[in-house]
Amino acid sequence: MRTAINLFKAFGPLCLAAGLGYLAESGEMINPYWIQIFQLACIIAISSLGLNLIYGFTGLFSLGHAAFYGVGAYTAALVMKSYGGESQYVFLAALLAGCAGAAIVAYLIGVPTLRLTSDYLGIATLGFGIIMKVLFDNIDSFIPQLGGARGMTGIAKMTTVPWAVVFLGISLILVRNLIHSSYGRALVSIREDEIAAGTMGIDIFRCKMAGFVAGCALAGLSGGLYAHLYAFLHPSNFDFFKSVDVLMIVVLGGIGNMSGTLVASFGWIFLLEGLRVVLPPEYIEFRWVLIPVLLIVTMLVRPEGLFGFREFPFLSGRDDE
Amino acid sequence: MEYFVQQVINGLQIGFVYALVALGYTLVYGIVRLINFAHGDVFMVGAFIGLYAIERHHLPISAVFLAAVGGCALLAMAMERVAYRPLREAPRIASLITAIGMSLFLEYFTALHQVFGPDYYSFPRPFAVTTWEVRGITLTNIQAIIFVVTLLCLGLLQFVVYRTRTGRAMRAVSYDYVTAGLMGVNVNLVISLTFALGGALAGVGGVLYGIAYPQVNTFMGVMPGLKAFTAAVLGGIGSIPGAVLGALIMGQSETLTAAYLSSTYRDGIAFLILIAVLVWKPTGILGTARTEKV
Repeated sequence: MRTAINLFKAFGPLCLAAGLGYLAESGEMINPYWIQIFQLACIIAISSLGLNLIYGFTGLFSLGHAAFYGVGAYTAALVMKSYGGESQYVFLAALLAGCAGAAIVAYLIGVPTLRLTSDYLGIATLGFGIIMKVLFDNIDSFIPQLGGARGMTGIAKMTTVPWAVVFLGISLILVRNLIHSSYGRALVSIREDEIAAGTMGIDIFRCKMAGFVAGCALAGLSGGLYAHLYAFLHPSNFDFFKSVDVLMIVVLGGIGNMSGTLVASFGWIFLLEGLRVVLPPEYIEFRWVLIPVLLIVTMLVRPEGLFGFREFPFLSGRDDE
Repeated sequence: MEYFVQQVINGLQIGFVYALVALGYTLVYGIVRLINFAHGDVFMVGAFIGLYAIERHHLPISAVFLAAVGGCALLAMAMERVAYRPLREAPRIASLITAIGMSLFLEYFTALHQVFGPDYYSFPRPFAVTTWEVRGITLTNIQAIIFVVTLLCLGLLQFVVYRTRTGRAMRAVSYDYVTAGLMGVNVNLVISLTFALGGALAGVGGVLYGIAYPQVNTFMGVMPGLKAFTAAVLGGIGSIPGAVLGALIMGQSETLTAAYLSSTYRDGIAFLILIAVLVWKPTGILGTARTEKV
């Protein structure tokens, strides 16, 4: 009975949100452009949650998150293009394949690099991100369907509001439950003090790997959704700046804070697009002058992020109440 | 064989320019443990100052360098004052994010039509190019100038850091800034000076880059910035000879990959070397490991 209630509590609002999203999308009550932006925000939120798990909770400084996002996007797009057509089931399988692809790559890159500490890990992942960008640029000489530097076209537009909302909800629930489990506590303890955590008998390398792989899998998932939202992939969508975008979202929201990540993702995406609408056309290039200023001022005023340590009630654990 | 030596010389040319930028990263990281992402954009501003000094004001070449050095040093100091100093006691990631913000701001602000403009601009050659040929290997006076100027800057830097009082203060602050402050070192001033020094070197690098690869754009600092930073880490961040060594390795790997493999893999190979070195020696080639106290 308890399980049923908990399940309902978790998935009830999710189904409701997905239903509302479906109605909004099919009823054309809202401008489709904004619906697309909303989906993008959900996708970025999933990817940011992944980075928050890696950096915010486990304390692994990663500057190459967009590479895993890219691996997920290309894998999912390739699966869908080869076998899918328009089938929803294959789409689900393609997303999971993207997720798995990113996780495998994360494991392979984690084996050598996760022994590095703090900034050095950041730089190694940065380097990995740039290597992956170079690889995406040249990938058409290995797998012609992926397009390489010309970009990949012909991907089915499968991502809808329900898909995006449901996956965002599932990711939130997964990350929340992970963080409040004993494994999650182990991850947080590694962030706080690696040596102390090791002394308490936590297998540091394995836990770091688990956190890293799980976070990258979320990036892969969001990459798959992204590929089927715009139906076009280009290596420049997965360069260093995209990794930085996600990092900014995580830090702005508050490190190790899921509510903050959620709000910051939506805020960031809608701010970017909103400025496009608000600014008069002759001043449109001021968009990227205003945004860094805003970023710097926010950091100066609230260096611990917008949310600090407070979480939305549905994201905080039982013992934190 | 001649082809190879020629490529190595070309690699030295870009490597020395990277070295000038890498030194700024290493100095700043050594003293405040901050990856100053905006440093590549200081380099870009240096190139533009050089462009204006030559094209609009027709300054002699030494004055061009002085203008770029002064401008970039001031810019770096201003950046530190506005965006990094208030966050010195905050979590380190906060100043990293403001550094990214600063970088974006400099790139897009200077790309406005009212400032430098968004296009590619050709960098005027301040002197005629002469080439010397020795046994089939060509050397240009541009390369000679790059080698001489960089080595001069290096010597000067080595002198400042290891032979002057300011340099000793810098090393003390880098080791432990709280204690250095207690010993009467003006920590804020020393950090400011370090940024100025790094900025000045980036300014020289910017002008040299403009002379060697005569096309400038407000986003030109991004990739050299990342590579120079990687070079600093490769050599061991915080170490001056390390930064130069790393930069020379980056320069070689880049040119040799372009020459023998394909220029599209150029950036990939450089970073592959970085990861390999980090796995083999996590603090870089010449870096010293600091053991963690429990």
